Amino acid sequence: MQAAPELEAFRHEVRSWLDENLSDEFRNLGGDAGPADDRDWDARVVWEQRLGEAGWIGLGWPKDLGGRGASILEEVIFHEEYAKAGAPARVSFFGEGLLGPTIVNLGTPEQKAKFLPPILAAKEFWCQGYSEPDAGSDLAGVKTTAVLDGDEWVINGQKIWTTFAHHADWCFAVVRTDPEAPKHKGLSYLLVPMDQPGVEVRGIKTIVGTSEFNEVFFTDARTPTENIVGEVNDGWKVAMATLGFERGTAFLGQQLRFEEEMRHLLAEAQKRGRADDPVLRDRLADAYARLRIMRFNGERMLANLAAKGVLGPESSIGKLYWSSWHRALGELEVAVMGPDAMVVGPGYEPNEFQHYFLSSRAETIYAGSSEIQRNVIAERVLGLPREPAVASK
Amino acid sequence: MNFAFSEEQVALRETVAQFLEQKSPSAEVRRIMETTEGYDPEVWRQMGEQMGLQGLHIPEEYGGQGYTFVELGIVLEEMGKRLLCAPYFATVCLAANAVMNAGSDSQKKELLPGIASGETIATLAFTEPSGKWDADGIAMTYEPAGDGFALSGEKMFVIDGHNADLIVVVARKAGTSGTEGISFFTVAGDAAGLTRTALETMDMTRKQAKLEFSGVPAELLGEEGSGWAALSKTLDQAAVCLSSEMVGGSQEVLDMSVEYAKVRVQFGRPIGSFQAIKHKCADMLLETESAKSAAYYAAWAAAEDNEELPTVACLAKAYCSEAYFHCAAENIQIHGGIGFTWEHDAHLYFKRAKSSETYLGDATYHRELLAQRIGI
Repeated sequence: MQAAPELEAFRHEVRSWLDENLSDEFRNLGGDAGPADDRDWDARVVWEQRLGEAGWIGLGWPKDLGGRGASILEEVIFHEEYAKAGAPARVSFFGEGLLGPTIVNLGTPEQKAKFLPPILAAKEFWCQGYSEPDAGSDLAGVKTTAVLDGDEWVINGQKIWTTFAHHADWCFAVVRTDPEAPKHKGLSYLLVPMDQPGVEVRGIKTIVGTSEFNEVFFTDARTPTENIVGEVNDGWKVAMATLGFERGTAFLGQQLRFEEEMRHLLAEAQKRGRADDPVLRDRLADAYARLRIMRFNGERMLANLAAKGVLGPESSIGKLYWSSWHRALGELEVAVMGPDAMVVGPGYEPNEFQHYFLSSRAETIYAGSSEIQRNVIAERVLGLPREPAVASK
Repeated sequence: MNFAFSEEQVALRETVAQFLEQKSPSAEVRRIMETTEGYDPEVWRQMGEQMGLQGLHIPEEYGGQGYTFVELGIVLEEMGKRLLCAPYFATVCLAANAVMNAGSDSQKKELLPGIASGETIATLAFTEPSGKWDADGIAMTYEPAGDGFALSGEKMFVIDGHNADLIVVVARKAGTSGTEGISFFTVAGDAAGLTRTALETMDMTRKQAKLEFSGVPAELLGEEGSGWAALSKTLDQAAVCLSSEMVGGSQEVLDMSVEYAKVRVQFGRPIGSFQAIKHKCADMLLETESAKSAAYYAAWAAAEDNEELPTVACLAKAYCSEAYFHCAAENIQIHGGIGFTWEHDAHLYFKRAKSSETYLGDATYHRELLAQRIGI
């Protein structure tokens, strides 16, 4: 365990840097920092590059790979101060949060040298090519194929719900490299450049009216053979390792932002006189209580992590908890707004509360739906038997 | 705040768990709950003499062990798990705290050593037939009588009121209202003019009594008329303690459900392989783990006696009580027909969950307190 003075020094360093660098043009850009929120994108990229120059990207990555080698507790402190300061929502979740740690842990030396520096500098952005039209929760059902042609993989198929594909330079994709092998055995994990004729990105207009999610079509798209993480046909393991990062600490910053959102809601309720309504009052207090408990859960998980060294499968409780909480908060937000919630701004521009009411419906679906989360908790944490598979070919 | 327990705290949990496994198995709970007293004096004696449990969080200068609400919470969690039938909550979590919060130093020296050793069974009588948990619920008045005071009126829902040697009573000065004019008194269990009636409680593992006072001689505890702050703090501490206890119960019904779901076979498969059951169990785990986080944080705030205590006490009580009741109810549903029988233990936890949820005010009441305390 780190000594408190050491941590306080780190906190001071973070706070000072933010004080000096966070000018008003950047403050509070980009909303809830959810992995699917691309408001103010260009300005946020500029900000992210400043973070990179100052060494605040890849906090927990090893120093010899360009990271800061920060401890979990330091990461927590960084996220706390960052959220408190109202700094912009981060833009590099898929690169810094998912692909980066995957390369750090499972990549070759050449891959580390090629892919990590542009992530650390916020010069290259990534998207996650997992889901397909027929492979959502059942990820191992992907049909996109890759076949070797000389020293290149040739990729054909379609991905969907690909967040920020329209901003991405690269895609980490799960593809089928052995169609004869059993479902989980014939998959590989490829890194595919987006800027090529064989890749087409089409936005999907969502419930919010914006298009953060995309369809990505691969038509004879190509990537060099060395752009594979792990062994050929061993991609399932790599894909799951990546999801482990996603369900762990990556959402910390977002949870801290919820506190700001809660403050806004309480202020709005008081401004509108809605906090005197006994039912709304009860719901507001309940939302507040559950928010505090979300934080307690996170701190408890980190304390046990610090004591035992690894994140257990119980970390999947976090995703189910925060996504359910935030969805319920969205409903409460429009309840507090009352009839005003029925009217959006010109050009279908929702206000903060209307936006969360709508966008939070995605949160219980992406990154493992709440139903999948419950299966994972039941099977991996509680040890309940797996559901017998329905006979299929 | 560090959520990770120390080695000493882990050892305490194991010791208490082993003790309760022997002393409070289901058969014992069922034997004792059928008695009017509702506890086993021999086990109570061992808890005091061998384990030092009654004095756990009482300072050493008053005969206790000098631990904190964190250790007390650990013990209560284990007691909640085993549905221990004993006047522990009344004596330690209500009366001892009331004495520590309200009493003068000499009164603490006089009253606490007996509680700490297990010799004195004590309780706190504050609720009345109106069933209100706040200052407005206190209608009983006191009058000067001789060198001391006399109490007249009725107290209800007094946990272990029929067993207590020492009763801490809350009453108000005639003509006052709200949080004004409230004082604490101590009354002997066998005092003249006191009629005690054991109530038949739905949750048979926790006994309550009705206490009728008719000019009962009482000694003032602490200062006259300024008791509300001490009472409010006592109730916050009690809410924290009850939250710890409920967390233990919640874990136990989750464990019962998961075990049963693994072995009960229908349609040729364990029912735990059906998502309908899996998802119930996953939700129970989420709620139980979250309840733990809330209860542990609240116990820490109580141990520190910091300014967060009032907020997190009602937060924990609201969340833990709903979590425990929901888990206890789902436990019956997962067990099917057997879960609805007297023979199965599911109903004991279901009833304890409901009595704990109701006692000190339900979740709605505590959320209103929370709303007030965070300034909504």
